[in-house]
Amino acid sequence: MLRLATAGSVDDGKSTLIGRLLHDSKAIFADQLAAVERTSRARGEDEPNLALLTDGLRAEREQGITIDVAYRYLVTPKRKIIIADTPGHVQYTRNMVTGASTADLALILVDARKGIVEQSRRHAFIASLLGVSHLVLCVNKMDLVDWSAERFAEIREEFRRFAMKLTVTDLAFVPVSALHGDNVVQRSANMPWYEGTSLLHHLEEVHVASDRNLIDARLPVQYVIRAQGFRGYAGTVAGGVLKPGDEVVVLPAGFPSRIREIWGPGGEPVDEAFPPQAVTVRLDDELDVARGDLICRPHNRPHVGQDIDAMVCWLTERSTLTPGARYTMRHTTRSVRAQVHDLTYRIDVNTLHRDEAAESLSLNEIGRVRLRTQAPLLFDSYRRNRSTGSFILVDDATNNTVAAGMITEPSASVVWHPTAVGRADRATRGMTVWLTGLSASGKSTVAAELERRLVLAGRPAYRLDGDNLRHGLNAGLGFSPQDRAENVRRVGEVAQLFAVAGLVAVVSLISPYRADRDLVRARHVAAGLDFLEVFVDTPVDVCEARDPKGMYARARAGEITGFTGVDDPYEVPAEPALVLRPEDGDPAAMAAKVLALLDRP
Amino acid sequence: MTTAYELSPVRALEAESVHVLREVAATFERPALLFSGGKDSVVLLHLAAKAFWPAPVPFPVLHVDTGHNFDEVLEFRDRAVARFGVRLVVAAVQDDIDAGRAVEETGPRASRNRLQTITLLRGIAENGFDAAFGGARRDEEKARAKERVFSFRDEYGQWDPRNQRPELWNLYNGAHRKGEHIRVFPLSNWTELDIWRYIAAERIELPSLYYAHRRPVVHRDGMLLARTRFITLLEGEESFEASVRFRTVGDATCTGCVESTATTAESVITEVAASRITERGATRADDRISEAGMEDRKKEGYF
Repeated sequence: MLRLATAGSVDDGKSTLIGRLLHDSKAIFADQLAAVERTSRARGEDEPNLALLTDGLRAEREQGITIDVAYRYLVTPKRKIIIADTPGHVQYTRNMVTGASTADLALILVDARKGIVEQSRRHAFIASLLGVSHLVLCVNKMDLVDWSAERFAEIREEFRRFAMKLTVTDLAFVPVSALHGDNVVQRSANMPWYEGTSLLHHLEEVHVASDRNLIDARLPVQYVIRAQGFRGYAGTVAGGVLKPGDEVVVLPAGFPSRIREIWGPGGEPVDEAFPPQAVTVRLDDELDVARGDLICRPHNRPHVGQDIDAMVCWLTERSTLTPGARYTMRHTTRSVRAQVHDLTYRIDVNTLHRDEAAESLSLNEIGRVRLRTQAPLLFDSYRRNRSTGSFILVDDATNNTVAAGMITEPSASVVWHPTAVGRADRATRGMTVWLTGLSASGKSTVAAELERRLVLAGRPAYRLDGDNLRHGLNAGLGFSPQDRAENVRRVGEVAQLFAVAGLVAVVSLISPYRADRDLVRARHVAAGLDFLEVFVDTPVDVCEARDPKGMYARARAGEITGFTGVDDPYEVPAEPALVLRPEDGDPAAMAAKVLALLDRP
Repeated sequence: MTTAYELSPVRALEAESVHVLREVAATFERPALLFSGGKDSVVLLHLAAKAFWPAPVPFPVLHVDTGHNFDEVLEFRDRAVARFGVRLVVAAVQDDIDAGRAVEETGPRASRNRLQTITLLRGIAENGFDAAFGGARRDEEKARAKERVFSFRDEYGQWDPRNQRPELWNLYNGAHRKGEHIRVFPLSNWTELDIWRYIAAERIELPSLYYAHRRPVVHRDGMLLARTRFITLLEGEESFEASVRFRTVGDATCTGCVESTATTAESVITEVAASRITERGATRADDRISEAGMEDRKKEGYF
């Protein structure tokens, strides 16, 4: 099977070329041709306009333009060919990027009279950016330059010089006349100097099977199949080859295991699973694996990170990409929140010039962007793997797909170093208990009691107290919303490290903003760690009456500002695991309630 | 050969369809599979059963019943549903006619094809389905060639071909609000020939209509229509018996058949490969309304 994307405008004769390809290879049916003839006649054209074959919508036929990507199918005795016909009009880049995203080969059309134009360079650049490694330049309308070998050679050399700047591994040139059919399906008698094959012959023979990554085994878990006595992880192989008996790890948790069995659809046993097979894998161990996890080999893992550098193409005219904006990112089988950190540069798709002063990306624009994701991504660079290196951004307000992204190789300094110790190898299972509430609500007292009881019971635990940490780790931070967010982030990171190490991290921190706490929770969940949010719900008047450090009094007196509960809001947790109120008893009784929750399986 | 790590075209298509089926089951709350008993929906149900093996298909099938069914198809539907152990939901066009939501066409050429849209949208809304799998293929018809795999429908069930979400790689965007839904077409990249090759390779059972059999037929509008109880003969029309098979199965009033002697999937493949007429061109009166017949019906919410 070959998937190809075509690019070029109506003027280059692209639709005519596709029509010719379909017609001469008999992929068009008599009734389709009859409809084209009817419409052509009605429009006063002498010959059947083959372009009409690909223009599916009424508006396209009426306006004589192609609006949207259309898919065409060509089956020859040698191959099934899927053609993504991408129009070169208004949304040219958007359409080309869409078509090229799944293409093995890009077909670029130029008019022999005009030669390489800006648009040809743009299409070649996009094909290269989207990782299409085979490129065919069709020099069309050769009949209008008297079948000139010199003109063809001139265009070929000019394009070769430009293509040196791109990452295209296979470049072919075919002189054609789409209108008359020369070199489209059959070799042309009009160009005896041309020693190559016809376009169709080239498409039938071009070798694309090696373009897949068969080295880095990657299986993003798409769906967990549960049946009587059966738990299998279903997904589409995104890279490499997986075999029963292979040692694997499940990321992000890092559980080691071994593949017991692999099945194709319907329970067909599979000896070797490779892309793009859809398979179901059973592991030797009963693990808690879910959609969004990734199965790979222990010594060949994807990158893990939250700071993502990517080339991004903006796909909508209704908004622009600007630093600070937040989107939902869809990457392999994961869906995470992502924020645009910064736009490094915008690239001029015609000249390849980089504009570092650019502040936004609009429709059809491409730029290098740094994104920060809410949970770590398991990714490879797009160059290495098109499946684990690609993502889309969805606008939450409109639900539209607004951007396509291709991840670039992270710089060496931020590569995650894999561990040799899995979580199951540790003596105890760690987790985080997060006590949130107003100042003087009693968090720290409950936390201290909880820590004492855990340690007594032989369960390693450590208390992370907000006030205490501000003496060291967070000494430089104040109480602005930004500093509070950073404070929560740091404590969250430390708690997570303790939890990974096998301790129960008992955090007592006002942590007034919901978004900050949710971020910590998301990080824990992504790492496969339990996160227990406990809301110490003591009414503000009770807290103020206690006021052991005299803080409320000072806040009321205006000596300090931005004090939670007085002149800064406290955002109540939406779904806490537990709520503690004064009527629950003394700190010991409250700690017992938390403990009961910990002991639950 | 497994050593070359290559899949045959039908196996590559199968993998793609299975990926789509699993993606929907994983990310939607209430999907349903639109099942007509036609070959494409039969293949789709077969693929769904394979995608979730050894667990049962995790969603029901929805049959939009025009009331103008071929008896063989209804009987086949009930057997298929029982065999796969899926729940069957039926939305009947007759109910919408009785309730005054749909008005029956009159005359000898009356068809319930267009009324199906009303019933389909009601079936989706009443059951709260947020995703509906359809067996439509892009090679069938030129408006369908522009269709996405995940195709967004607004709260009125309508398709806006000029405002579709770009669809890249195999990353599908199924985001929608309450009341909106997504039509999902896992067979988008299959051709009629692929479908038949797969039916032959997998030995998939089809309604007997798809294979050559003798039945009374009538010539109308350049097609052969089965002479059923739903057809009123026009003046000058005469029914006669012929050996025929159906290339598509829809409403009995507008689905034609072709003369054929093919009694096995293999012999159908030979016929289809040699055919110079598309399946819809040969046998569907509903597509002959105009150049944009399908586009207009799709915008209203049709399959």
